[in-house]
Amino acid sequence: MKYLDEYRSPEAVETLLKEIHKTVTRKWTIMEVCGGQTHSLVKNGLIGMLPKLVTMVHGPGCPVCVTPQSLIDKAVWLAEEKRVILCSFGDMIRVPGTRKSLLEAKSGGADVRILYSPLEAVNIAQQNPDKEVVFFAVGFETTAPANALSVIHAQRAGISNYSILTSHVLVPPAIEAIVNDEGNVVQGFLAAGHVCTIMGMDAYKPLVQKYKLPIVVTGFEPVDLLHGILMLLQQLEKGEYKLENQYSRVVHPDGNAAARKTIDTVFEVTDREWRGIAVIPNSGYELKNTYSAYDANCKFDIPEAAAEADNGCMAGEILRGKMKPFECPHFGKTCNPLNPLGAPMVSSEGACAAYYHFHQATEAVPA
Amino acid sequence: MAPSNNNSKGFQLSCPMPKFDFDAINLGHGSGGILSQRLLNSGVFDVLKNDLLNTRHDGAVFDLQGKVAFSTDSYVVSPLFFAGGNIGDLAINGTVNDLAMCGAMARYLSLSFILEEGLPMTQFWEILQTIRQAADHAGVQIVTGDTKVVERGKGDGIFINTSGIGIVHAQAALGWAALQPGDKVILNAPIAAHGIAIMSQRSGLDFETDVVSDTAPVHKAVEALLDAFGSNIHFLRDATRGGLASVTNEIAGDGKVGIELWQKAIPVAEQVAGACEMLGLDPLYVANEGVFVAIVAANMANDACALLQSKGWPQACIAGEVNAAHKGQVLLRSAIGGRRVVNMLPGEQLPRIC
Repeated sequence: MKYLDEYRSPEAVETLLKEIHKTVTRKWTIMEVCGGQTHSLVKNGLIGMLPKLVTMVHGPGCPVCVTPQSLIDKAVWLAEEKRVILCSFGDMIRVPGTRKSLLEAKSGGADVRILYSPLEAVNIAQQNPDKEVVFFAVGFETTAPANALSVIHAQRAGISNYSILTSHVLVPPAIEAIVNDEGNVVQGFLAAGHVCTIMGMDAYKPLVQKYKLPIVVTGFEPVDLLHGILMLLQQLEKGEYKLENQYSRVVHPDGNAAARKTIDTVFEVTDREWRGIAVIPNSGYELKNTYSAYDANCKFDIPEAAAEADNGCMAGEILRGKMKPFECPHFGKTCNPLNPLGAPMVSSEGACAAYYHFHQATEAVPA
Repeated sequence: MAPSNNNSKGFQLSCPMPKFDFDAINLGHGSGGILSQRLLNSGVFDVLKNDLLNTRHDGAVFDLQGKVAFSTDSYVVSPLFFAGGNIGDLAINGTVNDLAMCGAMARYLSLSFILEEGLPMTQFWEILQTIRQAADHAGVQIVTGDTKVVERGKGDGIFINTSGIGIVHAQAALGWAALQPGDKVILNAPIAAHGIAIMSQRSGLDFETDVVSDTAPVHKAVEALLDAFGSNIHFLRDATRGGLASVTNEIAGDGKVGIELWQKAIPVAEQVAGACEMLGLDPLYVANEGVFVAIVAANMANDACALLQSKGWPQACIAGEVNAAHKGQVLLRSAIGGRRVVNMLPGEQLPRIC
């Protein structure tokens, strides 16, 4: 496939690996922010091909993983309302709330539908005027424009039985929280390429300057990831800190102006709770007051969820890069994809799921 | 692009539907009374007729010689009609293929319908015609059956069960015990087409693709392999639900061997690969209806592959190897030289956020 095969080329991978091995002289710890990058690293066996001096830790860039249980409880409550059709991306439905997951609610008779696009939920609302359709709008900046657009579409079409349950989170504040965290081990970041496709690179400049922190905006294919790692290592070895763009075939430094405008029309920045981490100031989106008619929180009298029970899940440690999934005492034992303690084990971008599904002793073998 | 295999049918449905005095299935069609008789006489029996079925007894009576294999499967696909076939194709090919994986050539099938009240007769007729064609194509006879009707809302249009018996090939010596380190893993055709064809037509997933289901009977291919290589064919399994990843895991787990798959060698049609990328699915886990895994003695593998290629499976390939190094586990040697575990999925693959 054009534009993919080139970035999975064994020859390019080999060249980059040689260069990485030549560049590294000291121990470095690098975080890839996005769960999609984590999966690509583990799925392609790249971690085992890197020099032993380089430690990759996996970041919080899995929207499903950082969604607080209280919000999943809200989604479950909505789904169990007879008049509600609850629509969601597939990743969310296996994640346990304090009582149950959306999948369990579905088995119990709730109308839960898995969609690829929030616009499809607007269509469902149009076709089911006697029902309330709620889209569980989870995601980073990448999915925010489509979710915003669904609200704009519903408003334009005069559809009043559509609303969204928002849990949008933003990457730059999360990076800052990790850097500020006591005992932080991360020395450089691979920023999430697709987030920057929408938002551009400006938001990272202050982080680079303030914390003398090298950041490379990076793609998702093996060649992208190794190239991003090489660019970061070159900076680290030289003692430099710059904002660089490895993913320039997709990311424009200014991002996508139309998408940003759509976001700004509908959403405003708010404080947001990140599951297992903390409430991070200015780290999420919520619907503006002018769109409260499309806010499921305003439309329904959703009871406040019970406090999150401590079941031993170490997601917070893992999402901040302080622990590898396989170092968790529950990994693969009391926590597995069929009986997850937390979202990182069931989300398709979760670090624990990546290790559970793909990781063995990832040694390199001759191609 | 449609996989080029023996699935291509040389003719189209042409048998016109007789005039029924009802447009849709109703509860009366399962009552055993006059409506049942009308449906069976002008519909089922007339389309599927053969000497054994024509006796219209409670069961079929016949002679068989040799070792017999017996298998059953139920079909509940949604949508009922998809690019490259319908539930009728699956119901015949699925059971024919299950028997083939036992080294047996299907001879006789039973056929049971559970129909949902309201199923349009035009749809039932088309499915019946397809069943007849698929049975003829596979060389099997439907010799007994049953029809039940459930209330609207309690079925999904139509559920089908088929059971089948077949005669086991005289040279077949298939089984867990035959698996040997060094054996090669052969695939007869490109993977993941069926699952993508189905998914592209499910509601909520509007994307256009020319991908068609790979549903096809594979027993002739199996017969050719057993004719030529006999006990050097060590194990067979069709890669249906859960795809190639799941069946190789079953083989590794139950057979207590390790399996290494070679990503570069596994054929995936470009459109199928593209759809998988777009939907965030791993083709290794996507369902097939005409793909089987043959575990073959190492020194016969190239010849076995060539034979399949000459028998209408041009993309048959050696896609991996059995070993004793990581028993119970399937590893994938990635296209770029890394290696990773291929696990069983805990459930269905789910669409991703981004």
